[in-house]
Amino acid sequence: MTHFESELAALKQKLLLMASHAESAVNNAIKALVDRDDDLARKVAEDDDKIDHLEQEVDAACIALLAKAPLATQLRLITSAMKIARDLERVGDEATTIARRSLDLSQEPQLKAYVDIPRMATMAMAMLNDALGAFVNGDTARARAVIPRDKDVDQLNKQLYRELASFMIEKPTTITRCLNLMTISKALERIADHAKNVAEDVVYLYEARDIRHLGATAA
Amino acid sequence: MAAITLPSDPVDLVTPPGLLSAAPLIEAKNVELFYGSSRALKGIDITIKEKLVTAFIGPSGCGKSTFLRCFNRMNDLIDNVRITGQCLIGGEDIYAKDVDVIELRKRVGMVFQRSNPFPKSIYDNIAYGLRLHGTKDKSEIDGVVESSLRGAALWDEVKDRLHSSALGLSGGQQQRLCIARAIAIRPEIILMDEPASALDPLATVKIEELILELKKEFTIVIVTHNMQQATRISDYTAFFYIGELIEYDLTTKIFTNPAKKQTEDYVTGRFG
Repeated sequence: MTHFESELAALKQKLLLMASHAESAVNNAIKALVDRDDDLARKVAEDDDKIDHLEQEVDAACIALLAKAPLATQLRLITSAMKIARDLERVGDEATTIARRSLDLSQEPQLKAYVDIPRMATMAMAMLNDALGAFVNGDTARARAVIPRDKDVDQLNKQLYRELASFMIEKPTTITRCLNLMTISKALERIADHAKNVAEDVVYLYEARDIRHLGATAA
Repeated sequence: MAAITLPSDPVDLVTPPGLLSAAPLIEAKNVELFYGSSRALKGIDITIKEKLVTAFIGPSGCGKSTFLRCFNRMNDLIDNVRITGQCLIGGEDIYAKDVDVIELRKRVGMVFQRSNPFPKSIYDNIAYGLRLHGTKDKSEIDGVVESSLRGAALWDEVKDRLHSSALGLSGGQQQRLCIARAIAIRPEIILMDEPASALDPLATVKIEELILELKKEFTIVIVTHNMQQATRISDYTAFFYIGELIEYDLTTKIFTNPAKKQTEDYVTGRFG
């Protein structure tokens, strides 16, 4: 391994560290919501700084590496790393949003049993996990398989919106809670979008093919 | 998961702390060099840190090679050259009257653009300097020949033909032999004047990798025309223009955010 290759390996490691922080942030935020655990929710919000800092570190490392004029796969790795870092940072932000809304929600009695939200979280996190696994192993088939699953999460989000809208119409005292849950649902839908972005970056990284904006069939 | 400690300076997230804390080894104070009446170096002040790679860049004729040659007094060999100011290595003025230039060049080795092996065997190219400096013991010389060739990442390629002529090696191998020859006498500093500019890309990669290995033991100052090479191998970069040191900073800084417009113009190829 050349010195440059070991620097690239370190960059990958830093991205994976970021990913592990982002994943646990989302998992903890959902756990805080379901368990009505305010301490855990506050911890998620506080820990977001770590992810933000890692994004800056990844970007700074990428700039330094780009100055060395890398080419081909190495060039694509560095540019993809910057994009993946941004997506992971946003995942962290969404986790913070979920945590903050959980704090609001725990001020009032629980509106209903949470079924769809944990299910959406599981789907979105599985997408992110697969996209990152594909990144680590260079498995573009696995990355491609992530992309159509975004539609399923969108579907659940829309379904939840309709359901929460009907709650609000029936009983205006639930409006605050419903709006908070809608925000959480939207946050999970966005996390799935970020997972999809990462998957598209992984295909670009390993195949040099830009599959964004092609629609599910063409990808 | 261990807590992440945040760097104290939020702007600088990638500079290894060792780069900033390395001890100074070479100091130039107001160095000026004249060829006859023409002033080729203008009041240069610089401090070069030990066990790091420092690159000198700049357009042809900017004085970077001339300045490099001040550190082992190679300019003394040119007629009509006059140097003023101070050049210190480890705090000692290398232009002081009592300095033994041969001893100085033992401390400060040099590798040139064109590989220049002696017309002798591979073995003798390395043994020559040792014998010159008084080593007679054959097993000791054998040991240094091997360790130097290993240090220059050449051993595996030549171990079966140590006694054949060095001139039969490829250009890249000859250059690594010259590096082996330089490190055999254990200098503190290795000056390199465009060591890879005559080599193909693969041989260049080997030399660059070698330089990154060598900095664990030696202080390296390298003149290069290849800016990407400077970014790949050096920790600090000095930009020279018409005999002046325009900017000297961390390599990452020079190539991503230079302070001076002239540096920006040069590294972006807008110069001249």
